[in-house]
Amino acid sequence: MKHFLLLVIFGLWVAPLQAAIEAYQFDSPEMEADYNQLIDELRCLVCQNQNLSASDADLARDLRRETYQMLQQGKSQQEVVDFMVARYGDFVLYRPQFQSNTYLLWLGPFLLLVLVLYLVVRRLRAADKPVEVDAAAMAEAKQLLEDNESHK
Amino acid sequence: MRSALPLVVFVLMAGLLGYGLRLDPKKVPSPLIDKPAPEFSLSILESPSRQLSTRDMAGQVWVLNVWASWCVSCRAEHVVITALANRNLVPVVGLNYKDEPADATRWLEQFGNPYATSVMDQDGRVGIDWGVYGVPETFVIGADGMIKYKHIGPVTHESLEQTILPILKELQS
Repeated sequence: MKHFLLLVIFGLWVAPLQAAIEAYQFDSPEMEADYNQLIDELRCLVCQNQNLSASDADLARDLRRETYQMLQQGKSQQEVVDFMVARYGDFVLYRPQFQSNTYLLWLGPFLLLVLVLYLVVRRLRAADKPVEVDAAAMAEAKQLLEDNESHK
Repeated sequence: MRSALPLVVFVLMAGLLGYGLRLDPKKVPSPLIDKPAPEFSLSILESPSRQLSTRDMAGQVWVLNVWASWCVSCRAEHVVITALANRNLVPVVGLNYKDEPADATRWLEQFGNPYATSVMDQDGRVGIDWGVYGVPETFVIGADGMIKYKHIGPVTHESLEQTILPILKELQS
């Protein structure tokens, strides 16, 4: 019984680690790094919110194999990305490319930052400005203060 | 004026999020629309010694339906594809995706074979070229060899009548 429980616990422990364990042999460590980066940044379209490296879907396995084969043929990372985008669209990328329909996505945060900085500076400037008081009002205030003093 | 600002921001946000809710994240726009249909030459399910290639289909409007015997929604779609094939408008080619030939043949025997031809894509390589990510998928290819329309998921009677048939008729006229 104890052994059985241990087995169950071990089984549960192992399950999430099973994805993406194809033992691919790479010609160089750089190629392996390229491969790992690609499968981390490409989306599995079957299980939409997983990347290729995390998904155990059939299609993800096929696309990992495709990625591996393309790298082995000497293709660059960009060529693999272009290959995927040509077939599945920009949606396949977790890191969208910098192109006309993603300018706002990439630059938007900086635009917001500039806007907020502008608003903050404007408000600070306004706060810094010396308060202009009309001379007559100042004289009246002084008078009042003095009267107050003398009544004590 | 100043007090209206939060309201304006709220309305803008609500509008944007409301629009987002209406989008279907499962609908991934295919980059293949109006692009040349990816070429293939694959063994025919019924007689594996013969091949069917995209070149054999050149010059006519045709439909490619991706199916598999393991695919449950293909079963639901089967009557619709049969209805399409029975109209004899265009040839309906089946792309038998990642399937066992024996299973595929049995499936066709059991439910009936609506396809002019079915070709076998056992390793799914052609499926990748066609950007297939969920079976069933249905493509309309024009006489110029361009992909005109892609339907993801099972074709329903409504989508057949309202979308696919009008496209086919327009392409043929």
